[in-house]
Amino acid sequence: MTIKTLSQHGVQRQQMPCLTKMERMIISMQDPDMGIKLRNQRLLITVIPHAMTGADIFEWLIKKFSISDEEALHIGQIFVKYGYIYPLKEPRNLILKVDNSPYRFQTPYYWMSTRWPASELDYAIYLAKKNIRKQGELIEYEKECYNALHKRINHTWDFVVMQAREQLRASKQRRKADRIVLECQEQAYWLVNRPPPGTLDNIDHGPERRTTNTRVQLFISFIMHPCSKKNADFYKKEIEHNRISLARNRVKSSICLESYVKYCEQYQPHDPIMQGCLPSNPWITDDIMFWNMNCETVSVPTKLRVERWSFSFMELLSDPVGRKEFLTYLEKEFSAENLCFWQACEDVRHGETSKIPGKVDEVYKQFLAPGASRWVNIDSKTMEKTLEGFKRPHRFVLDDAQMHIYFLMKKDSYPRYLKSDLYKNLLARAVVPQETKKSVLPFIHRQRHSSPSPALATQAAEDDGKTKNSNSFKSNSGTASRL
Amino acid sequence: MLMVEMCHVTFASTSEHHQLCRLEYRSRLIIKSTFIDISVIRLCFVKMACQGLAKGETIHTLKAESETLKGKLEEERAKLHDVELHQVAEKIEALGQFVMKTRRTLKGHGNKVLCMDWCRDKRRIVSSSQDGKVIVWDAYTTNKEHAVTMPCTWVMACAYAPSGCAVACGGLDNKCSVYPLSLDKNENLAAKKKSVAMHTNYLSSCSFTNSDMQILTSSGDGTCALWDVESGQLLQSFHGHSADVLSLNLAPSETGNTFVSGGCDKKANVWDMRSGQNVQSFETHESDINSVKYYPSGDAFATGSDDATCRLYDLRADREVAIYSKESIIFGASSVDFSLSGRLLFAGYNDYTINVWDVLKGTRVAILFGHENRVSTVRVSPDGTAFCSGSWDNTLRIWA
Repeated sequence: MTIKTLSQHGVQRQQMPCLTKMERMIISMQDPDMGIKLRNQRLLITVIPHAMTGADIFEWLIKKFSISDEEALHIGQIFVKYGYIYPLKEPRNLILKVDNSPYRFQTPYYWMSTRWPASELDYAIYLAKKNIRKQGELIEYEKECYNALHKRINHTWDFVVMQAREQLRASKQRRKADRIVLECQEQAYWLVNRPPPGTLDNIDHGPERRTTNTRVQLFISFIMHPCSKKNADFYKKEIEHNRISLARNRVKSSICLESYVKYCEQYQPHDPIMQGCLPSNPWITDDIMFWNMNCETVSVPTKLRVERWSFSFMELLSDPVGRKEFLTYLEKEFSAENLCFWQACEDVRHGETSKIPGKVDEVYKQFLAPGASRWVNIDSKTMEKTLEGFKRPHRFVLDDAQMHIYFLMKKDSYPRYLKSDLYKNLLARAVVPQETKKSVLPFIHRQRHSSPSPALATQAAEDDGKTKNSNSFKSNSGTASRL
Repeated sequence: MLMVEMCHVTFASTSEHHQLCRLEYRSRLIIKSTFIDISVIRLCFVKMACQGLAKGETIHTLKAESETLKGKLEEERAKLHDVELHQVAEKIEALGQFVMKTRRTLKGHGNKVLCMDWCRDKRRIVSSSQDGKVIVWDAYTTNKEHAVTMPCTWVMACAYAPSGCAVACGGLDNKCSVYPLSLDKNENLAAKKKSVAMHTNYLSSCSFTNSDMQILTSSGDGTCALWDVESGQLLQSFHGHSADVLSLNLAPSETGNTFVSGGCDKKANVWDMRSGQNVQSFETHESDINSVKYYPSGDAFATGSDDATCRLYDLRADREVAIYSKESIIFGASSVDFSLSGRLLFAGYNDYTINVWDVLKGTRVAILFGHENRVSTVRVSPDGTAFCSGSWDNTLRIWA
């Protein structure tokens, strides 16, 4: 049994699901009834048994998975690249050719899941064999590897050479066809596991990922890493978590799923990838009118944009133009302080920690203190809780009050706004952009203009001596998109 | 020399346990006073395992109880599952021929692109790569605007600040650093760097919350954390994953207080940002979860995993409601994102392709070829006009 080091184990973990799937496919490809029809293929003067053409593989894939040509070719390439199928003609070129080029299935002995990672010793023996056979005429990079290995594992070199000689001797006693097949198999294996410089390295992977299983092997890391062992604490937490989950209120699937259908339907006209956008998608036509017409400080918004405010209160508030309009409406209703309070709370929640006490103080003076200039109506219980929290102001101290005002606006002012003349007139005046006529010569690019960087806006503000703090609704980036 | 006797079944030291232990056999562990050897370490392991055990409890009984509860939970979840998503979607029109092409190719990274994020101005992006380079581009013109060289390799996480004035990034340095973007050509961006987050393992993902002042991070050390940018202070930490956390996403909800994370323990956890509690947990994937993304309404989220499937989980129904998979898709999904309406799910895979799924019907509408190596990141632009994919072939592509 080979002793696996941690890194081997870790990487193989990531690859295993893919390899298992690929191997399953390969096995079904070799099924005597439903698989690819294998026949003898002629290679120069020898006849290789159990081979197939590239076209065979291609057609089988299309039929089996009902996929397009491009996808079938893609999957076929993967099999060749990972060494499950190897070419007989031009063996150094690991690609799938959709013609009558001969290919063969790699023996499971050399599959990635069984013999990975390839051992240095095996590679040394392989190169030694080649060296002996070709009397020192190895390919450049193989020569380099050979010399490097010779240096690195010098102490076992006698063993390497002896093994190489033994294997060469044994293979001489085989039939020529068998010998060629075995050589091809071995060569294919090494082309995948020791790719020549310049070709893609399939074994390339990201940084090592760890799970509880891989860590079990090393005792030391147990103690060092708190979450590495499933101890009593871990299970107790799980039990508690599961108990709470059991008690949760759930909603019927039919209701939840219907809501997706409704949501997708409602937003489809607003989804440029699904339905295009007017006047045109800037990425496709190189015309940025769409962005200009929808920027944050436009005076006449588009119809789609204004319609979107009616989807939910959140939509209205997250659009700076929408918020401005809503504020105008609230001013008419003499309840603008609600929105201002909400904005001030957002500022506290998302602003710099050092400024929180100061901001909270301001909020109290302006909105919550008895007789405040912009007093907001909060119920006594929430007010009490909030005032209690003021003794030690923190980021979330205004959350309850903010929530109360938010829902007040949502239930009361927002529906009335949507029914108001202000909104209806805006909707009537709103622009429906004309579709940009497609250019007669589509392959000639329009000039792509650059836009001022959002960072520029802050630079200017900094130069004016103002603070650098910019929240999304302070619209600093508004100047950047104005063109 | 200290001799400790332990029952090798319950692992409690015999002094506290011998009356209850029915077995005759006891093993001895000898602790040497001058150096630590395997026996001591093993002792610590078992002691740690047994800490917190009440009378009559063992690891095995706790594990069994947990499994029973899990089973009951699955039963409860199944009770309200009265219809499948594709059934509900039968009445909707199928999507027609779907054509998306590469509209821009951003070349400039010298090594694998690992992560990218859009700026709120809908055209700028930030991308990070294996060689430590973080580049800010105007994707529309394909011009590079800023470049930073991080002191570490494998910068797996990067994010654009909501104001557009800074970027955050991190990776094998175990930190998340914020770089304010200066337009002064002579200024070295690295000089103004601010170290914000500190983890004990690699940084896998980072995201600004609604402002430039707070950052949410996930790490290979199994935790997520919320940080204050100004002071670098840890505001909240989130424990519950039992392996590397690979991805996180903030909920687009009204109250803006939750986020979802996915990790190598095959779990997707939903967290409350204020209390640090794990409010919901889903475990149906068969392998590492590489990416998590909320459905635009905030009622559900999608995941992409190494088991070659993407799944949709509903938060109100508290269960998995859809699986997006195909027999011909062998490799794992590294990154997922929804189109603006939530009808389409774009998923980048380790077999160099991007598959586009019809979220409601559960079918694949297109497969996009073009990248010459793994697709590591896929993100839709803020106004939904395009999506960007980053790949190990050193390029980024804008598709529309």
